[in-house]
Amino acid sequence: MLDRITNILVVGIGGQGVMTAAEMLARTALSQGYDVKKTEVAGMAQRGGVVSSHIRFGPKVYSPQIDPGEADLLIGFEAAEALRWLPYLRPTGVAMVNTLRIAPPVVSVGLYDYPVDPIGELAAFGVEVHSFDAGAIADQLGNPKLVNTIMLGAISDHLPFPADALKDCIMEGFRAYKPKLAEINAQAFAAGREAGRV
Amino acid sequence: MNAVVHAKAASRHLLSGNEAVARAAWEAGVRVAAAYPGTPATEILEYIALYPDIYSEWSVNEKVAVEVAIGASLAGSRALAAMKHVGMNVASDAFMTQSLAGVVGGLVIVVADDVGLSSSQNEQDSRYWGRFGHLPILEPADSQEAYAMVKQAFALSEEYEVPVIVRMTTRVCHVKAMVEFTGERIERPVTGFQKNPQRWVMTPANAKPRLPLMHERDRKLRAVSEASDLNETFQGNDQRIGFVTSGPAFMHVRETFPNAPVLKLGFSCPAPLDKICAFADTVDTLVVVEETEPLLEIEIRAAGVAVQGKNVLPRFGELAPSILRPAIKPLLGEPYAVPNRAQTDVFPRPPTMCASCPHLGPYFALSHIRNLNIIGDIGCYTLGAGHPWNALDTCTCMGASLSMAHGMDKGRGASDEKKHIVAVIGDSTFLHMGMQGLLNMIYNRGNVTVLLLDNRSVGMTGGQENPGTGENLHGLPAPRVDFAKLAEALGVRPERIRMVDPYELPTMVKLVREEVKMEEPSVIITNRPCSLTDRFERFKPYEVIDEQCTGCGNCIDLGCPAIFVARRETVTAKSGKSKELVFARIDTNACTGCHMCVETCAPEAIVQPPTPNRVIRIQPHA
Repeated sequence: MLDRITNILVVGIGGQGVMTAAEMLARTALSQGYDVKKTEVAGMAQRGGVVSSHIRFGPKVYSPQIDPGEADLLIGFEAAEALRWLPYLRPTGVAMVNTLRIAPPVVSVGLYDYPVDPIGELAAFGVEVHSFDAGAIADQLGNPKLVNTIMLGAISDHLPFPADALKDCIMEGFRAYKPKLAEINAQAFAAGREAGRV
Repeated sequence: MNAVVHAKAASRHLLSGNEAVARAAWEAGVRVAAAYPGTPATEILEYIALYPDIYSEWSVNEKVAVEVAIGASLAGSRALAAMKHVGMNVASDAFMTQSLAGVVGGLVIVVADDVGLSSSQNEQDSRYWGRFGHLPILEPADSQEAYAMVKQAFALSEEYEVPVIVRMTTRVCHVKAMVEFTGERIERPVTGFQKNPQRWVMTPANAKPRLPLMHERDRKLRAVSEASDLNETFQGNDQRIGFVTSGPAFMHVRETFPNAPVLKLGFSCPAPLDKICAFADTVDTLVVVEETEPLLEIEIRAAGVAVQGKNVLPRFGELAPSILRPAIKPLLGEPYAVPNRAQTDVFPRPPTMCASCPHLGPYFALSHIRNLNIIGDIGCYTLGAGHPWNALDTCTCMGASLSMAHGMDKGRGASDEKKHIVAVIGDSTFLHMGMQGLLNMIYNRGNVTVLLLDNRSVGMTGGQENPGTGENLHGLPAPRVDFAKLAEALGVRPERIRMVDPYELPTMVKLVREEVKMEEPSVIITNRPCSLTDRFERFKPYEVIDEQCTGCGNCIDLGCPAIFVARRETVTAKSGKSKELVFARIDTNACTGCHMCVETCAPEAIVQPPTPNRVIRIQPHA
């Protein structure tokens, strides 16, 4: 067990499953014996706004909030959102990013521009960036809702506990509540894990 | 099935503060719980509703919720009311007087301050109510404390016959942390209401003798606070600065200055001033870290203790480590330089209405009609102030739209001469506090066009039930208010009550145009459910036939997030003027087939495709 605090920031847009992914990470950390705190600000996020979920775990956690520059892992469910939250990532941190691009109405009406190459911008700051199209993998597996499990699979090799601990936590939930989806989620986790290595 | 509901004592769970409050209420033997939804407190009642031993309800507003709880308490039952900070303003009329009369069964008001305004119209410090209403306040810092303090609050309430406030903030309500349960439900005997007019009938003659008793109670509570183990000192080996703090600010202080002595106030009102003075003597400098107003700071200073606080810390917002560090380090003579971090510049992503939201139609209409002053209210429809509609001119508080619109009509200035005044309000907000405004307007012969957007849910807080939905908190059938009949009963002429399908854009626009011209009040009622609730019906998604799209951009004006710009082109019209064409595409994953956009498309380029499995995803042009 690590004797320091691990900070994970999961970001995206309301409805993408950011909070569910964060919940899985928190539960897994808990199962590994860590003290855990998880917080998010998502009051109006269901309306297409920004969602960010902070997970902190270690021997003892006080503040639930990750300070700017303190995140060990940044998980971006959308490319521009990953870029927005980059200042929270340590220079030595890892960003795992879904290349999905979602433009809000302020971009559609032409008031703002969507970044041309958000992944490139992330990499330009010198952090370790892994990016892939999670939606395409989900489509191949036949269910767009698998993006969440794919993203979790992708970061599973960057956690201070075995990837299987996270996988088991996800599978436990599916076996208990949605057993029909257990097998396809196991495949999604494996596919994500593969994609996250690139 | 929620595992926490059936969990035994000594089990450990990862719980939000709101879940912890619900479990504690159940263990404490609460029999009646009431609330009106409001971020970040909404889930308290939703979780309480999972416990069948507790009668729980969505009340129509916070004042009603507190009054329901008071009634239950007078009958001898333990009762709880929950609300967000602004709800306390509405509820205060009830508890400000009940503070004099007192309670029988334990009465706890759980209030959640939205420090940092994640989803609120203002930021308020509810700890003022403790001073104002002579009510004790307990302040948990995390889920475990919320769980423990709610149980303690009930015991305190009964011992001193006083309503107790448990003050939470967003960072307690919505943070998940470990909670270890220490008990299970204890049923308590219920005395029944004991008639005692001198005690319960607050006429001047009966209320006056209660005043000295209330102040005597304050003195007793102060002694309880002085001795309470909720006011706990954490030793530290660096005596240069000692902190007095409460709520989640304590967590931030411990995180940032782990070696500093800290006096943590869990029982923060009445403040244990003797304990604070004694603590101050053990440190070089005393700093108060409190969210948000300098309440403790002023009381400590008045007690003659030198103290720092809001002279270095902000008076608003969360006091996270990133705020504390630069504010406090200079007091230690340690200059603090903000680290040089990556800076990125990304477009804003404000919350917006959902695909096929039934509010899109009314706002499409409002944004296409000139000469309107549009007075708004609290709910998803407040988002009508944003792009692309820009069709909402004010938002103040629950129910204010009708009364403010009436006042604006009566107080017209020269520039308003030709303006029509429109009030926009949702079903739940109308029932919460809006209908009084309608009654007032009719009675005083005002002239406002009211858009009553009935989406059959409390949308912004997550689709809760209300008396307009036909279901109650538990999803069981309930009498459903008839908004048209209600408007008529309040005095609106039946001819001026117009029911409309908000998806029928031409009718929607025509109706609003007609009614704003009337010389008397109108109520236009929409009738489509919130697209995030179970009542909403999905249809096959539409898509845009590329070759047929002329780039007029009308569908973009609808503001549906499922419609996006595929490409832009600048062309020169015959008149020689250059014009930008906007070609649209529909995200078939998000589209629910509501057909609103079809009505904006003259070239009939928006169709339901014959092959439903083609997926088009939003990929904005670079």
